[in-house]
Amino acid sequence: MEKYITTPITQEVTAGLKSGDYVYITGTVYVARDAAHRRMTEALDAGKELPIDIEDAAIYYMGPSPARQGRPIGSAGPTTATRMDRYAPRLLDLGQKAMIGKGNRSKEVVDAIVRNHGVYFAAVGGAGALLSGCIKESEIVCYEDLGAEALLKIRVENFPAVVVIDCNGDNLYEHVLP
Amino acid sequence: MIRELHTDIITENVKEMCIEANHFLSPDMVQAMKQAKDREESGLGRKILGQLADNLKIAGEEMIPICQDTGMAVFFAEIGQDVHLVGNYIEDAVNEGVRQGYEEGYLRKSVVGDPIFRENTGDNTPAVIHCSIVPGTKVKLTFAPKGFGSENMSRIFMLKPADGIEGVKDAILTAVKDAGPNACPPLVVGVGIGGTFEKCAILAKKALTRPVGTCSSVPYVAELEQEMLDKINALGIGPGGLGGNTTALAVHIDTYPTHIAGLPVAVNICCHVNRHVVREL
Repeated sequence: MEKYITTPITQEVTAGLKSGDYVYITGTVYVARDAAHRRMTEALDAGKELPIDIEDAAIYYMGPSPARQGRPIGSAGPTTATRMDRYAPRLLDLGQKAMIGKGNRSKEVVDAIVRNHGVYFAAVGGAGALLSGCIKESEIVCYEDLGAEALLKIRVENFPAVVVIDCNGDNLYEHVLP
Repeated sequence: MIRELHTDIITENVKEMCIEANHFLSPDMVQAMKQAKDREESGLGRKILGQLADNLKIAGEEMIPICQDTGMAVFFAEIGQDVHLVGNYIEDAVNEGVRQGYEEGYLRKSVVGDPIFRENTGDNTPAVIHCSIVPGTKVKLTFAPKGFGSENMSRIFMLKPADGIEGVKDAILTAVKDAGPNACPPLVVGVGIGGTFEKCAILAKKALTRPVGTCSSVPYVAELEQEMLDKINALGIGPGGLGGNTTALAVHIDTYPTHIAGLPVAVNICCHVNRHVVREL
């Protein structure tokens, strides 16, 4: 089923999504991948605050190519979410609701999704030029020294994604995997 | 007759190849993607293959890299033994071309200098360069930038001779199944059979640069390629791992003599952004 949703991704939003739904996301989304997740986790370990408002947040696992002049961002497709499995449950427990990436998730992540009424979306891997067009604004929040791995805040319009794991833990990949 | 070739020519060509490969998929790959869309049975699968076709069009027209992971720069340099390179050391010349290409082409710098301490080198160097000496007076450069979504799902299996061809088939299917949705299917699967631990990996990597749609010149290997392609597509993983009968676009297998005690098999998985540019200088 096709659905149009806007951020923040509240529990009401995730309750209306089923594994296999095709969604178009509009609103503010944070961008972070391996190194930024590691830094956020280190900040928490040190008793510091997260650099983003995590409540009902959506995090897109992505590291863009540099923007050409006049454009908000370069190529911007999803990276493999599996690598963020080690960090994701803690952030979900703190209020994050949505993850956008591609690829399998661990049981710990699925459990954290169910526990927190979250959702995991897959964007089309390798469609970075197409997805770039759905990103209308981009700014660096922090960790600029990480280059392509800096933590960003972006505004997306009708960003296409598929619900892979819904708030009940139903996993689309498991339906298709051999 | 010795031919002189200045390494500035290598640098300039490498720069252009980096930009070209990351914005324009080669015609063989474009054709394979188109054929896959016509054959795909899943509605969602066709939709995703349609998006990937749109993505290629936007990449070329608007000069946005096809994929944000513009890869670690891998080169195969076949250097004619009657070429005399003048100027810089060839690896420095290639790395300078990578530096310029990734900067001027707005390509992502994805290389960290130390695998443990992980500080980005800032210019996507160093490249991985495989040099070989061949007959003749030319230098043939093949550039194949490799993204790590698929590289991470690649495998080496040190099989026993008794495992035979059935063991090889199991190894290939295991690697593809384990890759699942992570490696951005539809895939191109490069396989190296034989040689040593490192030789089979290099064979597998190089097999990815063969034009899609061509098959091995060895009859049994060509048959194996087709059989494995059919078996992989029967897995049902599909485009984006969301189901369908297009899990791979091609399986390319190369072989090499090996030791009486071994049967090494390397499976180098590549996503649908299987970039390769070849130039003869």
